Amino acid sequence: MKISCEVDVRHLSRVEGHGNIRIAIKNGEVKEARWEVVETPRFFEAMLVGKLYENAPYICGRICGICSIGHTLTAIRAIENGFGFIPSEQTARLRLLLKHMETLQSHILHIYFLAAPDFLGVGSVLPLTKSHPEVVQQALRLKMVANDLCDEVGGRRLHPTRTVVGGFTMVPDKYALAGFRKRLQASLADLMAGAELFATFTLPSFSRETEFVSLQGEGEYPFIGGNLLSSDGVVKQENDYRAMSNEYMADFSTSKLSRLSRKSFAVGALARLNNNFDYLRPQATAIAGKLGLRPISHNPFMNTIAQVVECVQVVEEAITLIDALLAVPWQQARQEVEARAGMGVGAVEVPRGILYHCLEFDGDGRIQKADCVIPTSQNHANIYHDIEELALYCVQQGKSDKEIELLAEMLVRAYDPCISCSVH
Amino acid sequence: MTAERQYLGVPIPRPRVGFFELSSCEGCQLQLLNNESTLLDFLDLVEIVNFREGMKEAADDYQIAFVEGSVTRRDEVERLQKIRHNAQQVVALGSCACFGGVNQLKNRFGDLEWVKREVYGDYPIDSQEARPLSAYIKVDLEIYGCPIKKEEVERIVTNLVLGKAVNHPKYPVCMECKAKENICLFELGEPCLGPITRAGCDAWCTSNRLACWGCRGPAPEANVEELLAIVARKKMSMERLLDRLECFGGFAGAADTLRRKLKGGA
Repeated sequence: MKISCEVDVRHLSRVEGHGNIRIAIKNGEVKEARWEVVETPRFFEAMLVGKLYENAPYICGRICGICSIGHTLTAIRAIENGFGFIPSEQTARLRLLLKHMETLQSHILHIYFLAAPDFLGVGSVLPLTKSHPEVVQQALRLKMVANDLCDEVGGRRLHPTRTVVGGFTMVPDKYALAGFRKRLQASLADLMAGAELFATFTLPSFSRETEFVSLQGEGEYPFIGGNLLSSDGVVKQENDYRAMSNEYMADFSTSKLSRLSRKSFAVGALARLNNNFDYLRPQATAIAGKLGLRPISHNPFMNTIAQVVECVQVVEEAITLIDALLAVPWQQARQEVEARAGMGVGAVEVPRGILYHCLEFDGDGRIQKADCVIPTSQNHANIYHDIEELALYCVQQGKSDKEIELLAEMLVRAYDPCISCSVH
Repeated sequence: MTAERQYLGVPIPRPRVGFFELSSCEGCQLQLLNNESTLLDFLDLVEIVNFREGMKEAADDYQIAFVEGSVTRRDEVERLQKIRHNAQQVVALGSCACFGGVNQLKNRFGDLEWVKREVYGDYPIDSQEARPLSAYIKVDLEIYGCPIKKEEVERIVTNLVLGKAVNHPKYPVCMECKAKENICLFELGEPCLGPITRAGCDAWCTSNRLACWGCRGPAPEANVEELLAIVARKKMSMERLLDRLECFGGFAGAADTLRRKLKGGA
């Protein structure tokens, strides 16, 4: 059947930030298939120039309303790497615990509030409060434990207050941590129920061979620092991130774009999982099996499923981290840091993929130059080419206008894009 | 619509509201989803008819518009004017909407072309100086903070719905902080804007041992001169004080003066 259709979605809903989808098919021929990023730039890299280093985590955290903790920790890592400072084991554990809870709250927000409504045939989570109250309650409980623990460790769930260069302004309360351990244990049951729900959804059988970029695990699933890895076999050191990100501009986007071995690549939960599947914890591996996710999956819709698996992963790891923190007395919350001239890079796996901050300092620790490479900006080109391929797929399948529009929207949402972040 | 709902025997309306964002991190809108224990009650208080970040359906017949972010491009001025036209009340949500927020940090260079080149090189990009909503439209109510505090927003929105007056505290953050018996940040060597910043956040940052960076803007009778004198007396870094004063745009005048003074002295 020769189909014709016009899809013109301005300011796609249920994603962070502003992007448009345009697809034009005439008599079975794809005339146009585009993903456009129209977000306004805010110029964070320029804002930082001339500022003392301590400003970077505070200001960079405000790049993003969802992964502000990730940006804060990445800026801190760039600074500490630049100054040759190695954080204490206690600080490293607290930061990872904080990051895990950001990953959990962000994934839950996407899985239940942004992605699930499409599978349940509604426009938002609001009707689900009536039709699926138990699912909404599960989601809220999961999001709440993650956010509450972010408050306890980072001082605040959004734009954290305790996270500083050298460590933390203060440490959490041990009784509170012990309480959170119980809540995290209980939340595994909610996650299992969530996995049961997702097992009933039918994902589009669309796939496009893709290069996946993430941190490289060493003995465990990677989150903060280490080597950079692509599924096409490229391995680079953290400092050499520009060889992975290769940013450029194009007319359809106010965000920069990235490429590596092919015309585009993907980062995020699916990339992490494809590249580091062997390092998943036992319960996370079991959930992946239950949901039919095996490396390497080239179906971008599986990113949401990979997020479900990662939720289990971070909860399992968080419980281990709390045990380790409770086993020893608190040490100094914050260590002295000495500024020095040079350059520092931080690479951190934030919810939507690998995030890089690079800062150059003078001898007093004033920032001379800043560069932030955002996960969603690395994904934009891949989304663009996925949309092209999806349009062809829809033609072959003889899909209707409404189906094409919904599939295209679901495809972009599956990447969980953080568009204002990507333009920053 | 459930118009029959009552509070103390008085019928309470369920206003149609829309949430919108200009240049921002969209964090203030997310804060509204971030208080899971009261979220469902909050959603019941109003009828949300436009919230792109959370729902697909979108209508233009809203009574109250909550607008996050600052204006940094021409098309945002037009969107904002349309929102003003549609809504009976426009609420500026968060520091970007109220003062320009962190976005206005780029204004301090006074050279937008340099700012663009620093990030995009020679690639042409459209942007103008970051301004608060009030630079372009009449704003009926401002909700301060970076981020906004959900408890405060819930209280303010409840008052709006019930037709009660919305009053911001006139005293500074320092009062709230002292009442909590926190260690004073000045004693820890940190220049803090608590003495001049409008309260209402319940000393959110300072209770976590982070100095106040003034995200809520000046308290009505802020004595900036005296704060400068204290920082000088304690031989603290004026540069660090300036970093805080200029961060969110609420103290733009004082920050400009201090910046000129520091440059002149260097």
